Amino acid sequence: MEHITLLLAIVIVTALVFDFTNGFHDTANAMATTISTGAMKPKSAVAMSAVLNLVGAFLSVEVAKTISSGLVDESGISPEVIFAALVGAILWNLMTWLVGLPSSSSHALMGGLIGATVASAGFSAVNGGVVVTKVLIPAIAAPLVAGIGAMFAAKLTYRIGRNTDDKQTAKGYRAGQIASAGLVSLAHGTNDAQKTMGIITLALVAGNVVAPGSNPPLWVIVSAGLAIALGTYLGGWRIIRTMGKGLTDLQPQQGFAAQTSAASVILASSNLGFSLSTTHSCSGAVMGAGLGRKGGVVRWSTATRMFVAWGLTLPAAGLVAALSEFVTKQGDWGVAVVAVFLVASSLAIWIVSRRQVVDHTNVNEAGEGTADEPPGVVTTAIAAVTPPPAGEATSPVSTPAESEPARPAAV
Amino acid sequence: MKIDWVALGSVFGVSLVATVALVALFTLGIIGLTKQESAEGSGAVLARTGAYACFALCVAAVSFGIYLIVV
Repeated sequence: MEHITLLLAIVIVTALVFDFTNGFHDTANAMATTISTGAMKPKSAVAMSAVLNLVGAFLSVEVAKTISSGLVDESGISPEVIFAALVGAILWNLMTWLVGLPSSSSHALMGGLIGATVASAGFSAVNGGVVVTKVLIPAIAAPLVAGIGAMFAAKLTYRIGRNTDDKQTAKGYRAGQIASAGLVSLAHGTNDAQKTMGIITLALVAGNVVAPGSNPPLWVIVSAGLAIALGTYLGGWRIIRTMGKGLTDLQPQQGFAAQTSAASVILASSNLGFSLSTTHSCSGAVMGAGLGRKGGVVRWSTATRMFVAWGLTLPAAGLVAALSEFVTKQGDWGVAVVAVFLVASSLAIWIVSRRQVVDHTNVNEAGEGTADEPPGVVTTAIAAVTPPPAGEATSPVSTPAESEPARPAAV
Repeated sequence: MKIDWVALGSVFGVSLVATVALVALFTLGIIGLTKQESAEGSGAVLARTGAYACFALCVAAVSFGIYLIVV
């Protein structure tokens, strides 16, 4: 530890900040449906998720995976390139958090790495084919795979359980949701904390503090685990609200189907060699489950905004990272400028977010525009060929929310 | 540029089967538990055993999931 330079320390701190944003961004994946159906209270849900993320972080340390998964040529990566990449990823995470849209932190990090590498080593260092196979195709496949599974599972559970009383089965579905949410949190902690550990280790190797190919030191594991757990506990309530209520309305049966589908896809994809993003899978599962109930609707305007955010992730994070790298390349003062820029932008985003506070007290209220949106084309088409709803959602889309004061439109 | 369609296909297939099977099992378990409250005598016992069997399978699946995460 004796030769850690200031630059290296800045990189490590920034990596932990990214880990923290990763935590609160992805709480929604595991917990949104559990919270929105009332299976768990908001605070207990994020507490459980935080603990499981922490446990997951300690469970397995795979150093073999390269950070960028082959996206860029990693031989030329220096600490300030990593710093620039993290700046891009963090700012994208914060922006999407501000507007409450689920987006993949992993893709943000990849985008940041690509942008920073391009600015430092040119386009030739980027492996275009890998971008397609590791980023584009998974982004399309994940929601489809998870969504189709969730839709069939939801249809099936309604069909099997059609003669039962909702009140009696609610407790059972609650238990199921908590179990599958726990599994997703555990998997998330294992996968995502490792990314940060890998980045910090990469920075340490680049700074000649540890030997190449060595396991992350214990303090790296502990700090990465704590950062992601803390972020998870503080909870991205805005994103939880979008995923739990903004995309569709879920009954416990659908919540359970969605979580199980997401968990299966996450575990299958990480073990069968075609890695898919947790966020994309969970969002897709929620939408699929929404369509699995007769008369269930998906709010396609919100979904479209989310898809657009997914598409913009790589370019946006990449652009910010490239600009940051361009500045940091100029010298030490460049690093200082970018660091100040990061802190100032984060502060600005946080200040804007305080105008419309979403926390555990109002996370289950419908967000802006959800009550009075006219059904879209796809929803109308689906509704035309399915019978009218058998059961009512907790907050039917057709009636305007009674006690909602007019809320300002989202950015 | 090599896309591993086989892997993607297997992810799709495995997760679809796993999801549907798990959800079905769990639903059957829940229904078994609620039925045993309204059934009487041997009907209740059958429903309860069936429910527990379903839940046991679910627990096994979750344990397998944890195993996959840890290993």
